Amino acid sequence: MPINYYVFLALALFSIGVVGVLTRRNAIIIFMCIELMLNAANLLLVAFSKIHAATSVLATAGSDAQIFVFFIMVVAAAEVSVGLAIIVMMYRNTHSIDVNFLNRLKN
Amino acid sequence: MSNTLQIVWLIPFLPLIGFLINGLGRKQLSKTLSGFIGSSVILASFLISIFVFLQVKSGNTHVAHYFDFINTGSLKVGFDFQIDQLSSLFLLIVTGVGFLIHVYSTSYMHEEESKDFAKFFAYLNLFIFSMLLLVMGGNYIIMFIGWEGVGLCSYLLIGFWFKDNSNNDAAKKAFVMNRIGDFGFLLAVFWLIAKLGTTDYHGVFNNIDRLSLFDITGITLLLFVGATGKSAQIPLYTWLPDAMAGPTPVSALIHAATMVTAGIYMIARSNILFTMAPFTQSVIAVIGLATAVIAATIALKQNDIKKVLAYSTVSQLGYMFLALGVGAYTGAVFHVMTHAFFKALLFLGAGSVIHAMGGEQDMRNMGGLKKHMSITHITFLLGCLTIAGMPPFAAFFSKDQILAEAFEKNLVYWVVGVLTAFMTAFYMFRLYGMTFLGKFRGTHEQEHHLHESPSAITLPLIILAILSVIGGWIGIPEIFMHGGDRLETFLEPVFSKSNLLIESLHQKHELSHNTEYALMAVSVIGALIALVYAWNKFSRYEKSTTEETGIGKIIANKWYVDEFYNAIIVKPMQSLAGFLNSIVEKKAIDGFVNGVGKAVNYGSRQIRLLQTGQVSAYMLMMVVATLILFIIQLFL
Repeated sequence: MPINYYVFLALALFSIGVVGVLTRRNAIIIFMCIELMLNAANLLLVAFSKIHAATSVLATAGSDAQIFVFFIMVVAAAEVSVGLAIIVMMYRNTHSIDVNFLNRLKN
Repeated sequence: MSNTLQIVWLIPFLPLIGFLINGLGRKQLSKTLSGFIGSSVILASFLISIFVFLQVKSGNTHVAHYFDFINTGSLKVGFDFQIDQLSSLFLLIVTGVGFLIHVYSTSYMHEEESKDFAKFFAYLNLFIFSMLLLVMGGNYIIMFIGWEGVGLCSYLLIGFWFKDNSNNDAAKKAFVMNRIGDFGFLLAVFWLIAKLGTTDYHGVFNNIDRLSLFDITGITLLLFVGATGKSAQIPLYTWLPDAMAGPTPVSALIHAATMVTAGIYMIARSNILFTMAPFTQSVIAVIGLATAVIAATIALKQNDIKKVLAYSTVSQLGYMFLALGVGAYTGAVFHVMTHAFFKALLFLGAGSVIHAMGGEQDMRNMGGLKKHMSITHITFLLGCLTIAGMPPFAAFFSKDQILAEAFEKNLVYWVVGVLTAFMTAFYMFRLYGMTFLGKFRGTHEQEHHLHESPSAITLPLIILAILSVIGGWIGIPEIFMHGGDRLETFLEPVFSKSNLLIESLHQKHELSHNTEYALMAVSVIGALIALVYAWNKFSRYEKSTTEETGIGKIIANKWYVDEFYNAIIVKPMQSLAGFLNSIVEKKAIDGFVNGVGKAVNYGSRQIRLLQTGQVSAYMLMMVVATLILFIIQLFL
């Protein structure tokens, strides 16, 4: 398959993520959209890695990025746990998960 | 280094110590102690000066180098003292007359509070220190330090009674006028450095052929500007009469005997430069003569006893400049010396009178003091006879020497000089008559208060009177006594180059003895007539209320020179300053500075609105910014 398809897919996913973050007010959905952007980046990494491996003479070529993706997933999992904990605390304090309630530092 | 004259640093150092002790301890020291310290350091300097003088007299001259004052690449200025005939003579005048005036001050200033009393002595000591630096310096830079120092002390002492604002104005006037002159002096020194790379007297005078005539004329003219400021010549003389606002001992010490002769010392020191600039010499002679005449005419109509003496000082300084201008350097220095004696005497005598009159300075309210103050009266009379040029008193010889040299140079110089001498005799005996003769015109209270001054005041008067009488005998002209002009012989080494030059330029024709006798006779007889006329007229002086008219009014108002200066210099300066203050400072500069502040304030208030606190708004900005960066990256 040509690389273009992967790139367009990743672009679409990323754009959906960005628009979601910008427009939605629900903290959990924003969170999900962030994950979407993260995974769009992961998809690109894997896709470029695959292409690179096909054109290279080295046997190990292309494995670096795929390993890197695993690291991203691990870190993302840790981040999710922290982020969800924050959202839980937020709900306990404000009885809402609307991020627009969190503008009290403004004044 | 083994030269015994290496110790001359003690001479200025002792007054400096006196200044520090009196200045720092002014709140602790008693009046007796601070007066004692102030006078004794000067006495010690005077004794060392006598030693130095004797050394120099036996032919030992020396340039003492202590340390490098300025040492940069091409310019090297040492902290040097030059001890030769000229400076040793000035050392004697400064410390000798200075000591007498210190003693006088211990009594004259006794009514001051103890801390002001000590302050007065601290200033006097600082003045002597600066004056000694000025005359001892081995180059123009050290001289300039002293030159500025005496100007500062003059300012401090004129404004000594600073609670009266008119004294402060007089002090400021003196300081500003001196600064104008100092600027000329400084430019001359820079010029010398630029052309010769040195300011040492020896370095300058030995390399004089490296200067073009234009350079020499320029340098000497600038130096002369400096001298007009310090020595009160036209156009910068108006500060000196105002300087009489200071205490009388200050007028005697600074504004008659020593500081105002600094300009004459400087020109006598640089005599070879001036001899090589005939144009400058003519300028000096004309300005000196003009100053002598104008000041003498003003003195004719003044009623303040100190003002008369002040204008007389300006007039006598004009004589000295006339002497310098015609190349009679010895005559100028001789007159400096005799003038220091008799003018200090006259001022101190006037101080004694003012003291007895309880601060009254107006001669119209005096009269008949003869029978109340015998010592002051006799010494003052001797001083008046001296300044009038009566033989055999000191000024007869010095003035005669100047007039004879002026006669050789140009008949006009002599005629104007002699006329000034007549006026001098007239106004001095007008002063004498109004003060000591006739009947007392003051209040009853003052008459009751009249008394002879204490011995600390009369003793200096007596010593100065003796010096005024015999001081001229060191310069008796050749026609009276062979080898009588000992001063000329003594100063010969300093002026030898100039004298050689003058002789080679125009065959100096010696005056015949008959001419010389005739010149003396004219000046003495004329002065005698003026004297007797003034004596007769003013011993019967009555207070009158009639206004002066015509020329008398102009003279009484000092030729309106102060008003003229106010109109052409002070007023335009004030309006320029007003313009700069109200328009440039307040509108332009303040407007710009405040405008920057206001712009920052306004801008930050606008930018603050971007911080809404909405997370999504921040995100939007981030995304838009990232997109912009992408676009820039792609298309530019």
